[in-house]
Amino acid sequence: MKKSLSLWLFIINLSLAGDKLLAQEPDLLKLAGEDKPARTHVTNAFKSTRVINGQSMEFLGKGVLDVRFLHRFGTINSGANNFFGLDQATTRIGLDYGLGKSLMIGIGRSGVGKELDGFIKYRPVWQSNDARGVPFSVVLVAGMTLGTAPWAFPDRKNYFHSRIGYYHEVIIGHKFTETFSLQLSPILVHRNLVPGANDKNNTFALGIGSRLKITKRTAFVVDYHPILAGRQYGTKDPLSLGFDIETGGHVFQLHVSNSTGMNEKAFITNTTDDFWKGDIRFGFNISRVFTLVKPKEKKVVAP
Amino acid sequence: MKNWKSVLTGILVFALLPAVAQDKYFTRTGKISFVSKGVIETISAKHNSVTCVLDTKSGQIQFAVLMRGFEFRKALMQEHFNENYVESDKYPKATFKGDITNNNAIDYSKEGTYNANVKGKLTLHGETRDVESAGTIVVKNGRLTASADFNILLSDYRIRIPAVVKDNISNTVNITVDCPMEPLKN
Repeated sequence: MKKSLSLWLFIINLSLAGDKLLAQEPDLLKLAGEDKPARTHVTNAFKSTRVINGQSMEFLGKGVLDVRFLHRFGTINSGANNFFGLDQATTRIGLDYGLGKSLMIGIGRSGVGKELDGFIKYRPVWQSNDARGVPFSVVLVAGMTLGTAPWAFPDRKNYFHSRIGYYHEVIIGHKFTETFSLQLSPILVHRNLVPGANDKNNTFALGIGSRLKITKRTAFVVDYHPILAGRQYGTKDPLSLGFDIETGGHVFQLHVSNSTGMNEKAFITNTTDDFWKGDIRFGFNISRVFTLVKPKEKKVVAP
Repeated sequence: MKNWKSVLTGILVFALLPAVAQDKYFTRTGKISFVSKGVIETISAKHNSVTCVLDTKSGQIQFAVLMRGFEFRKALMQEHFNENYVESDKYPKATFKGDITNNNAIDYSKEGTYNANVKGKLTLHGETRDVESAGTIVVKNGRLTASADFNILLSDYRIRIPAVVKDNISNTVNITVDCPMEPLKN
């Protein structure tokens, strides 16, 4: 009887020792509680704050300055004598600045129409990758343009407010996967003065922007703005196809487009070339960011 | 008589079991920072919510960090780190599971600073590699602080540096760990 008891205890001992052997690699981390990823917002839906011409659902970081050089050349089908459009070039030089995570402003000047433009961009809803979060981003953009070219008709009575145009845009965007993002952006452009008596002051367009990543640092982008109402006589829908190339702090956007305008008012009401008839031009955007204000060190209180 | 010895051993084992849990220490607010000194650019980031658990009895030590939690001085660097280098959406967590090889030389019941040699496996960007480091364990006021400093090569973890910025970014990353821990109560 005693013998069998000791044998029994011996077996228990063995099995306990075995338990210890099996538990050589226990997951100690489980004891501290599971690490749940904090709810994070989706970033990098687009490489830049612009799809190509139009605004994207992307923002600059807080305290980040983006210096943007935009170039649009002549039409490729203008022939070899014009070096396939490269002889002509128009530019927009702009500065954008991130005031907060979801608030940025920008100014720029385009050669075409000697036009100044400025905008403010705000993101009330930010796509979250959490199941309980909002699955899309909503971005509001309001901008203003001011033409400073000499009056076309200096003899008639000209008003300063005739130089001004406005645009208002709502961007609804979703980053579907790491490679694919899509956004829709209804936009209203209002011009205080239009060229013809029959032209409308208000023009509505629906922006469609999409990105397809090819590699980690390059992407194919489409930027299309079909005009829904109030089309300026003789103008076409601006369409641009391009590649984004990202190298450190630079983003290069190389594209072909039928538009020359480099602000919303200009490309929505001023695109006269027909993409499908081959009136396309080469263009590029260069964006270089500088971190002006670095985030403050977070103070960690000792537990 | 011999039989009673084994009975005693059996009872002893049972009696000791509940005591095991008292030997573990943990934190969820540990710190890990890394520095990569390139020719042109120094890249550094900090993490303030590292999970670490140490079993003083067996010498096992484990760490876990969420990659998205690393904070950089430049927003764009942080974006590129997550998107292009460590691919945080695909590999959200990095872990280290290892042992203090000289655990017997550390007296956790006595205040002091002890050298601790740690050996184990670091999993980062989906790759697992053996890592060895000489760190310290400080015992003070019933708390432990584990700290260590070691280098890893990005190429070991399939983190590729594109050719254009090869000169800017160093392949060697120095990692500093600093985890003050409290007793883990079950």
